[in-house]
Amino acid sequence: MIPVCTLAELPPGESVRVLAPRPVAVFNADGELYAIDDTCSHQDAALSDGWLEGCLIECPLHAAMFDLRTGMPTGPPARRPVRTYPVVLVGDMIHVDTSVREPVA
Amino acid sequence: MRAVTVVGAGLAGWHAVRELRDQGFDGTITVIGAEPQRPYDRPPLSKRFLRGEIDEAELALADEAELAEVDAHWRTGRRAVRLDRHTRTVELDDGTLIASDGVVIATGALARTLPGLTDVAGVHTLRTLADARALRTALTEGTPRTVVIGAGFVGAEVAATCHALGLPVTVVEALDVPLARVLGPTVGAICGELHRDHGVTMHCGFGVAGLRTEPNRGDGAGGDTDRTGSTRVTAVLGRDGRELAADVVVIGIGSRPAVDWLAGSGVDIADGVGCDAGGATALPGVVALGDVARYADPAGGSRRHEHWTAAVEQAPVAVRTLLTGRSRGESGTDPVPNRVPYFWSDQYSTRIQLAGHPDADDDLAVVEGSFADRDFVSVYRRQGRLTGVVAMNRGRCFTRLRRELRAEVERAVESSPAAST
Ligand SMILES: Cc1cc2nc3c(=O)[nH]c(=O)nc-3n(C[C@H](O)[C@H](O)[C@H](O)COP(=O)(O)OP(=O)(O)OC[C@H]3O[C@@H](n4cnc5c(N)ncnc54)[C@H](O)[C@@H]3O)c2cc1C
Ligand code: FES
Repeated sequence: MIPVCTLAELPPGESVRVLAPRPVAVFNADGELYAIDDTCSHQDAALSDGWLEGCLIECPLHAAMFDLRTGMPTGPPARRPVRTYPVVLVGDMIHVDTSVREPVA
Repeated sequence: MRAVTVVGAGLAGWHAVRELRDQGFDGTITVIGAEPQRPYDRPPLSKRFLRGEIDEAELALADEAELAEVDAHWRTGRRAVRLDRHTRTVELDDGTLIASDGVVIATGALARTLPGLTDVAGVHTLRTLADARALRTALTEGTPRTVVIGAGFVGAEVAATCHALGLPVTVVEALDVPLARVLGPTVGAICGELHRDHGVTMHCGFGVAGLRTEPNRGDGAGGDTDRTGSTRVTAVLGRDGRELAADVVVIGIGSRPAVDWLAGSGVDIADGVGCDAGGATALPGVVALGDVARYADPAGGSRRHEHWTAAVEQAPVAVRTLLTGRSRGESGTDPVPNRVPYFWSDQYSTRIQLAGHPDADDDLAVVEGSFADRDFVSVYRRQGRLTGVVAMNRGRCFTRLRRELRAEVERAVESSPAAST
């Protein structure tokens, strides 16, 4: 489990990048917390820099959209999903569990 | 509409094919492509592919399943040579005639070169996968001294790749400030500094007088195995008498629209295929998109948008125009492409992003970061109105401001009296 930041530091609509061995992006989508691979499955861009709308994150480079709940792209140019990770609140502290690879729904 | 022919199997052609199916077209689609490959992505050719980080398979724009799904007839490795204005018949270079109800022009652009240099060994342009393969071979055999002519985006990316490969590289640029017309003098100068930061020599205001060559011995001397060409380059000559030794020369002086095959077709081909804002050409049943197309600008005039995102955004609009026979404006509900053009360029470890089309003399203000660190987001304004956003390595803030720019431009267009034309 990797500590991310406090809940207060990640208000709704915000994202933060965690430099795990494989970078992870953590989002607060209207109060729900999600964690996915930070690197877009299409080419080379940080999804934590993207545009968050509801449960969808738009990649800042070529606008592929991913569903934060499943990691699935909603259309081109991305074709592969990104990994999703469990987010756990311990007290006020947000953690991501990068040891578990959540199955892609 | 029963049959559509898509001419050009690049990014624009592929997105047009997908859109045809997505918009419910169930007739025959024939795709003609001059290159042998199925559609592939060009931007990595000067970046990760040239650095050797990804292979050809990773350039593909579509996998087998997607290719099967669109169910098109592929005529790749064949060039269109003529379009008949009355019957919309496309003639191929082997004499085949393909008749259809609709034609999509997506032939992109060709690398410009300097006159008389096509047959000189060691001289390269970079537009196609074949070009990239040849250049990669030339750069990876020995340590060739490389001179890049032109500090535009492709030239700058090639220089950065040479640097990453550990090669001595020099960039020469005719303008006093690189990219000044696109990014303005301030940001253009910072792009020039990027090269110098990495120890890459850069000569601005450098007019190329020609090349020094020697007979090509074809023995691979000079660090590449290019045995074609009767002569081989040894130096780039400046108009001021300077001489820059070179084993490999990359000409990156832009591109020209691939319109030769449309001569006499009745399509306007002055500086690209002239289209209205919905992609319609002068001929009924013929639309165009991508690098080859010059779209009418909702704000007046017309321009080519030679960027990845433009081809992708134009596809749904051009295909709707083709399938409905009505161009944007008449239907009133179609999205309009190109209002806020966007592109990115990766050089060294810097990502440059630009949205909008600022004029070179627009006011520039830093929003985040600093020019000195080559790490910033800045906005361009003209008479107080936001006209563009530019960033180096600041994706997050850039994305937000790009959104704001888009919203502002949409508002301006909607409230202008010319909005319905
Ligand atoms: C090296 C390089 C790097 C780039 N990097 C970036 C970048 O970082 N960011 C960005 O936004 N853009 C970049 N671009 C631009 C981007 O790749 C283009 O805007 C995009 O490829 C345009 O797509 P297109 O389909 O219109 O044209 P093309 O990709 O040129 O495709 C046209 C196709 O039509 C074929 N064709 C031509 N004539 C005929 C004919 N007569 N008959 C049949 N087929 C024909 C060609 O062989 C080609 O395959 C780069 C381009 C290059 C070359
Ligand atoms: S890198 Fe994310 S869409 Fe291309």
